[in-house]
Amino acid sequence: MVDVKLRGIVKRFGKTVAVNGIDLDVRDGEFIVLLGPSGCGKTTTLRIIAGLEKPDEGRVLFGDRDVTYLPPRERNVSMVFQSYAVWPHMRVYDNIAFPLKIKKVPKDEIDKKVKWAAELLQISELLNRYPHQLSGGQRQRVAVARAIVVEPAVLLMDEPLSNLDALLRVKMRSEIKKLQRRIKVTTIYVTHDQVEAMTMGDRIAVMNQGKIEQVGRPDEIYLKPANVFVAGFIGSPQMNFFDATIYIEKDKAVLDVGDFKLGLNKDLIEVLKDYEGKTVIVGIRPEHIYPENLIPSTTKKVAKVEGIVDFVEELGSDTIVHVNTGSQILVLKISGSHHYEIGSKLVIALDLDKIHVFRKDTEKAII
Amino acid sequence: MCKLFSKYILIRGVFIAMPSHPSFVEKYLPYILIAPALGYMLFFIGYPLIQAIYLAFTKNGALSLENLDYLLHSPFSKFYEALTNTFLLVIVIIPIQVAIALGLAMLFNIKFKGRNVALYSIILPLTISDVAAGLIWYTMLSTNGFFNKLFINLGITSEPIYFFGYQFRQMEFLAIVITEIWRATAIVFVIVFAGLQMISQEHIEAAEVFGANVWQRLRYIVFPMLLPSLQAALIIRTLFAFQIFGVVWTLAGRDIPILAGEAYYEQVELKHQGVAAIYALVIAGISVAIGYLYIKLFKAKYLEAGT
Amino acid sequence: MVEKDTSMVKYYLFKIIIAGLVIIAVLWVITPFIISILYAFSDPTDYYSKEIIIPLHYTYEHVRKLVALGAGTAIINSVIVALMTIALSFALGLPAGYAFARFVFPGKDSLKLFIIGLRMFPIIVIAVPLVSLYIRLGLSDSLLGVALAHTAMALPFVIIITSSIFAGIPKELEEAGLIFGLDRTGAFLRITMPLALPGLAAAAIFTFIMSWNEVFIAAVLTLTNRTLPAFILTSAMAATDFIKFAASFIMILPAMIFVFIARRYLIAMWGITLR
Repeated sequence: MVDVKLRGIVKRFGKTVAVNGIDLDVRDGEFIVLLGPSGCGKTTTLRIIAGLEKPDEGRVLFGDRDVTYLPPRERNVSMVFQSYAVWPHMRVYDNIAFPLKIKKVPKDEIDKKVKWAAELLQISELLNRYPHQLSGGQRQRVAVARAIVVEPAVLLMDEPLSNLDALLRVKMRSEIKKLQRRIKVTTIYVTHDQVEAMTMGDRIAVMNQGKIEQVGRPDEIYLKPANVFVAGFIGSPQMNFFDATIYIEKDKAVLDVGDFKLGLNKDLIEVLKDYEGKTVIVGIRPEHIYPENLIPSTTKKVAKVEGIVDFVEELGSDTIVHVNTGSQILVLKISGSHHYEIGSKLVIALDLDKIHVFRKDTEKAII
Repeated sequence: MCKLFSKYILIRGVFIAMPSHPSFVEKYLPYILIAPALGYMLFFIGYPLIQAIYLAFTKNGALSLENLDYLLHSPFSKFYEALTNTFLLVIVIIPIQVAIALGLAMLFNIKFKGRNVALYSIILPLTISDVAAGLIWYTMLSTNGFFNKLFINLGITSEPIYFFGYQFRQMEFLAIVITEIWRATAIVFVIVFAGLQMISQEHIEAAEVFGANVWQRLRYIVFPMLLPSLQAALIIRTLFAFQIFGVVWTLAGRDIPILAGEAYYEQVELKHQGVAAIYALVIAGISVAIGYLYIKLFKAKYLEAGT
Repeated sequence: MVEKDTSMVKYYLFKIIIAGLVIIAVLWVITPFIISILYAFSDPTDYYSKEIIIPLHYTYEHVRKLVALGAGTAIINSVIVALMTIALSFALGLPAGYAFARFVFPGKDSLKLFIIGLRMFPIIVIAVPLVSLYIRLGLSDSLLGVALAHTAMALPFVIIITSSIFAGIPKELEEAGLIFGLDRTGAFLRITMPLALPGLAAAAIFTFIMSWNEVFIAAVLTLTNRTLPAFILTSAMAATDFIKFAASFIMILPAMIFVFIARRYLIAMWGITLR
């Protein structure tokens, strides 16, 4: 068990910069998720930690040990690959035993450990099979068993669930998380699936274009996104964004959207006064806009806007309503099943305590 | 599958009054498409085989062992020599080719600048005939050829090395071996290289992460996964090696008799159809035996286990 | 930092060794080609001079002499045989390749395996018994006779290659054609064929080279109507060194041109046919 530190990691492939200056501290025993769209550099970062790639700049530290240029086998890492990479010519037993065999562990101890790992992953009956005789889910379990059998210092997982069907994915999600809690191994998990990230990670590092946009607990990432990218990437349906101009009145800051104005609390004047007269990006999540008649009792302050129902998606558990306010189409997420006529008028209420404001130029969060 | 298909039509026919049977052509279409090709090949392999047996063991329409007797006992027949030489060439050439091809495949599996150009160059000999290959190496090795002049001018040798002529048969053998390695290693290389490229990089990386060094990765992962390709390469190369003709004929003529060469000589020069037919049958027999042997010997165990 | 330095040294050393090995391999293959082409045009005095390794004076004389000996007709014969072989083997093999790519039918796997097995058969041995059949059919010493035998040799390859080409074209494209009003033949001709064309052209080149290079069958089946390799095998052997050099040049030239045109396809194709 060890903590992992990345310091100024840069990796280029020809002219493209895959990883562009990453600093990250992973604590001992922590489950951290690297989350981002495809091509954001998350897999490259993982491969640099594994030692499969050497960074062009920066250092990788395991505890106090600089491992930047060490080959994978001297790092005591394990990895679950996206394709599982379960070797087709070895039986399940030999697949799991391989890392131990390479380390010249005595035979009886190998046997004990393989059986322990197989038990943990519930694949004890499959030990004598060849990989092509297994289902995708079983192969995935073999890959995980092989990764934990050496009791690695760091466990790396590269989109391990992306090749499973939806039901199995949900099941394995909780199983992997429980397993990690049990063996308390420092785990770095790469995914592009925000639900996986939110449910599994102790902390999430959101990546985009080779950089880390924000690191934080799942609730932090959701409630306090650091910039427009993180705000837009987390949450489904996506956060509503629109431009507004700020001006300060005596006792409130006002966001002028055009069709409607949002008057914010007095205590925000201090933060927003530097931006007076400037255009900013306003964001609000679909679940924080309500129809007039469904405002939760806990909500303190709302801004009401009238619009016309443009489109409705009834999902059963939720209803997604698109409302045209004239210049904007705002998306609402209402829990439960509701019926709205397309083309009918609807007064909606924006929860003013849940509003995000970002700078137009840097897209960084102001509030 | 075909049965299922017709049933489905039938069920549909009951419900919506479609034609209750597919037409004859529709039902047997794949067979109709394959039949001409298959028939052609069966005729062009089956008929000559039967004809060869007939030619070999009859004379004037009656059963006769005269051809066999000539082949085995006549002082003009070089059957034993041809058999020995052919096997000797195969035994010498194939292991060298496999070793070089394996090494080259590993080398070309590394990404480097200009890899494609180098790849095209390496496989160039695949495209030329064995006769041309023989002539090219005649150019290289003849008394006034490239290597002799190069070696003399570099001071490595003072006299030319003679590769050709009956009295230099051992050098002729060497020239044949060199030419065959130059010409046909590419076949083994292409197959092994294709097999190597099919091994997913993640399989090798997984071994690397789990602590295997370069040698262990080769030994435990790459080599076992390459075995089917290696087997295919060995079968094909060995079968072709037993048909060796053009290179030997251009470089050594009958100084070094080989099976296909003797078949050609008996047929074209001596008009001994029956004897030539026996040579043909011997080559065919060896090929079938070799194919069978290889398939029995190498079995990728993990591909055999049932589901 | 020390670790970085040693790993850097190792890295560059590795690169140099790799480059060296690749250069040796490429030179080993390429040099004989270059030398034999240069020697084919070498002035005789340069060739017989012990000091001149790479000829300095060049002449067309050897190639001209070879053509005068009959190589010109032999080249034409070779082209005719190769074209007939392409026509025959595609007429027979294309439908079969298409059937293997597009249909599911009982016995498909064993039939395919059988054809792959036939590919292993030492096809040159059919030449000897074919002679007597051809005498009866009036095909002896004819180009068509050679082409028929070459077709038997090329057919398994053509079936395997075309079936993999057709399998690479999504079935859905053809099915979309069926939905929008084409019949099976129409869908094949107007949708699958145009998409398959580049691959089929490469397959045709592959077949051409196979026939162009084949010597045993051609030499056994013909007497006066020699193809180029058969002509060279029987005539050039007794000739001077220069004629031999010129012969090797004439033989490798078209194959190399074709390979240059279809190089990308050919590697893939050898991969398919040899596996």
